[in-house]
Amino acid sequence: MSVADFAFYAFAVVAVIAGLLVVTAKNPVHSVLWLILTFLSSAGLFVLLGAEFLAMLLMIVYVGAVAVLFLFVVMMLDIDFAELKAEMTRYFPLAALVGLVILMQLTLLYGAWSTAEGAPGLRQAVTPDLAQVDNARALGLILFDQYFILFQLSGLILLVAMIGAIVLTLRHRADVKRQNVLQQMWRDPAKAMELKDVKPGQGL
Amino acid sequence: MVGLEHYLTVAAALFVIGIFGIFLNRKNVIVILMSIELILLSVNINLVAFSSFLGDLVGQVFTMFVLTVAAAEAAIGLAILVTFFRNRGTIDVEDVNVMKG
Repeated sequence: MSVADFAFYAFAVVAVIAGLLVVTAKNPVHSVLWLILTFLSSAGLFVLLGAEFLAMLLMIVYVGAVAVLFLFVVMMLDIDFAELKAEMTRYFPLAALVGLVILMQLTLLYGAWSTAEGAPGLRQAVTPDLAQVDNARALGLILFDQYFILFQLSGLILLVAMIGAIVLTLRHRADVKRQNVLQQMWRDPAKAMELKDVKPGQGL
Repeated sequence: MVGLEHYLTVAAALFVIGIFGIFLNRKNVIVILMSIELILLSVNINLVAFSSFLGDLVGQVFTMFVLTVAAAEAAIGLAILVTFFRNRGTIDVEDVNVMKG
């Protein structure tokens, strides 16, 4: 068994066990941490497959942004997780059944699976020689050339997601005093103060 | 020698774990969202494995788009979750009945 094979088995076992712990952990904070471990070991698998750029992307985007977002939400919301976890044993038989059925279907699929005859001829972008062009450069050449419209559209999706998240979570509280800029700008100094001539011994 | 089937097996295991997690944590939306992330990750592993073993870079390009959509989905999902918790004081999925759907 070569070093690469050993690395594959190590990353694969860690990814699957951490994935199982994500869904079974009692504490959601631990769930998020196991999720991070799953992503990290999957990034290792990507490196073994020769997709270094995607491995780095997985670490930066998933571990750096998405997992931290999850962690932030889990810690920000004051939720009684024990109550939510209490009925987990009730759902376990159904969940195990569904999981087993899908696992068996996938196993059947992998048992009777073969590559088509003309598959190599149908390749859209043949991977260049990695000794001459590295993975990130080759990906960039394809992404910014053949898939430029899709690239722009995915940027648009991110923009919409950002605006949507802000719109959904922004909240105007009525009981907080706020600065009204327009009111300040349109204020007339002449009307701001009124002088009254108060006679002695009388009120207003 | 580690072949394509090995990677597909890992991806299949992660996919099944994701489905299992959705059914197991029927009440906890946060863990359901994490299970969806696991499913998308297994799809990504499949795409990259095929891309690597067939020598076609398009699989990796598509993985990038899947990553983008997954990040957007997580952001929107968590925003909806925060708004829901603010209004109802719980994240139990069975309490999501405001729209009487």
